[in-house]
Amino acid sequence: MTAAVMATDLVKDYVLKSETVHALRGISFEVPAGDYVAVMGPSGSGKSTLLNLLGCLDRPTDGTLILGESNVAVLNDNQLSDIRAQRVGFVFQSYNLIQQLNVVENIQVPLYYQGNLGREEKKRCRDLADMVGLGDRLKHRPSQLSGGQQQRVAIARSMVNNPYYILADEPTGNLDSVTSNEILDLFDKLHDQGRTIILVTHEDDVSERTGRVIRLMDGEIEMDERLKPLRNGSPSTSAIPDAADLGNEIVMGALSAKDLEIGQQDGND
Amino acid sequence: MGTLSGLWRTMMLGTKSLLLHPMRSGLTVLGIFIGVASVIWLLAIGEGISLEAQKQIASLGARNIIVRTVKPPSEVLGDARVALYGLRHDEYDMLVDTIPQIARAVPIREVKRMIRFGPNEVDGRLVGSTPDYFQATKLEVDRGRILNAADVEKRKDFCVLSKEVAQILFPYQDPIGRRVLLPENNDFYEVVGVLKHRTATAAIGGSFSAQDFTKDIYIPLTTMNQRLGRTVWTRRGGTFEGEEVQLNQITLRVHRTEDVIPASQLIKDALRVHDDKMDVDTVVPLELLEQAKTTRLMFMVFMGLIAAVSLLVGGIGIMNIMLATVTERTREIGIRRALGARRSKIISQFLVETITLSIIGGIVGVLAGLTCPWFITHGRDLLGTVLKEQMDALPASVMNMVPTIVPISIPIAFGISVLVGVVFGIYPAIRAARMDPIEALRHE
Repeated sequence: MTAAVMATDLVKDYVLKSETVHALRGISFEVPAGDYVAVMGPSGSGKSTLLNLLGCLDRPTDGTLILGESNVAVLNDNQLSDIRAQRVGFVFQSYNLIQQLNVVENIQVPLYYQGNLGREEKKRCRDLADMVGLGDRLKHRPSQLSGGQQQRVAIARSMVNNPYYILADEPTGNLDSVTSNEILDLFDKLHDQGRTIILVTHEDDVSERTGRVIRLMDGEIEMDERLKPLRNGSPSTSAIPDAADLGNEIVMGALSAKDLEIGQQDGND
Repeated sequence: MGTLSGLWRTMMLGTKSLLLHPMRSGLTVLGIFIGVASVIWLLAIGEGISLEAQKQIASLGARNIIVRTVKPPSEVLGDARVALYGLRHDEYDMLVDTIPQIARAVPIREVKRMIRFGPNEVDGRLVGSTPDYFQATKLEVDRGRILNAADVEKRKDFCVLSKEVAQILFPYQDPIGRRVLLPENNDFYEVVGVLKHRTATAAIGGSFSAQDFTKDIYIPLTTMNQRLGRTVWTRRGGTFEGEEVQLNQITLRVHRTEDVIPASQLIKDALRVHDDKMDVDTVVPLELLEQAKTTRLMFMVFMGLIAAVSLLVGGIGIMNIMLATVTERTREIGIRRALGARRSKIISQFLVETITLSIIGGIVGVLAGLTCPWFITHGRDLLGTVLKEQMDALPASVMNMVPTIVPISIPIAFGISVLVGVVFGIYPAIRAARMDPIEALRHE
């Protein structure tokens, strides 16, 4: 089985004035492709730091973080940008859509930065909007959408580049319980399609719906518990490209054949 | 294709962001707009004034050399009852006889005199000269005739009036054949001709004020010398002051333009050897023309400098706004970075926005710049009706000039506006790109 991400002895220190803060004190874990992980922990536990590292927004002080073939620890700024554009899908608590762009344009942003925005890609973006239930609002601006709808756009955007994993930072933090459930249903659906999802949360009802909970405390993994077995051998796992066949066509699971025409077109990077 | 469509996309994106704050973008554009328009306006006005000045100098005649009497300072004159200075007839003869390049020489004597006909009178200028005078000064006859050689020879008491003098003295009559009175001498002169209007010449040097020909009455030089005598008395504060000036001016014309400079040098030398009283000034229109061209260049540089300052101010305005925009859009920058934008993409995004602003300012500025001739001429006409006296006081070169768009100023102004966009956009753009994506995402 392929790993979406593999962390070994991950250390992150922040130097604040004369004082050094040890945000992560050497953690190791592996997220297999197709996994659905909740990262939990109180504030100051290193959650955000781990999220930044997984999102390739920052480099670890020590240790290795392997995404596909790349060790994030040794990449330069441009390479980090490229890997974010190609291999990471972000979903934020406050949606973080670009206000002056409409729904479909927001979904296109990562492809634009990949330099890979042709006619087919644009169609795929429309299909993704369709899939998250916003097919009839392609031209709407974020300000014309509800919170839940904005988060759907953000999720569509996070999938547009066929990432190794979708990284969701408190995705339901700003939503009411009904909408939260809809969003979590959508994550379930994505997980069923074989997507890898890493979700940072502090709500137990959210983490309960995932397959695995990693609990951080003071920069170390306090607990790594699997709630549901990883669906091994499911055809959907092959939906996640591993480093070797990044350029290949990806065959998505039959389960979601209708939705996932969108997934069949991988970036020609 | 990828780069081109990418650039297009970046530009569309930039325009979109700018349209998000139309008022702010508009005000920012205004700075560049004023800068560009002022470059074109100032250069057009400068060019117009300079062309007008050149035209006036050229009207003095490029092949002419003008030797003029200047009143020397009083310490040179001493306190003789009769001040004796200026060009003399023997000097005139000497120049004509010794300088080979001279084609024609016109001696001129001028005296201020009252001219009267019936109840109408003009505080005029009595000019005694030869028939060549009219040709040398490009005066054209409107009615009657000009003075001829016979008039000079026979010392006829004929006169020719300028158009304006004729209008004042003879509002209703035909002046030809009538006799005007010079009350100070109790002389009568018969009008034989009236001239056409002649625009004033350029003011050249300190000694040679702009000649307007509007108060002139022309008589033969021989007649003038006979009637007025050598010494002219004027009453000043109860006493009479006498001045003996034989000739006020000699206008010399050389055969060829190349002769102008050597001949003028010879003339200066000859006059200096003859008499160094500092009572003679030599004016060479050709030299003035060259000077005017140099002045024009300086003028252009000066105007350009002023315009550059306004563009600088416009640029600083742009930078200010872009810095504010960058701060305001910190979160957007964070999102874009998180979604995979390289630093260079952020730089180009903001740079394109700034350049779009400055290009819009540049285009509108160029269009506004092209309206300069229309505005100046119409504005002057309008001011001429409202503030007549003030406008009349303006020098002729300003009143008559037609703003002339300097073609090169358009690409220059436009290019500078784009340059301003780049120069003043680069820092805000770099600042945007330098942001730490994590910090930027956290920004509220």
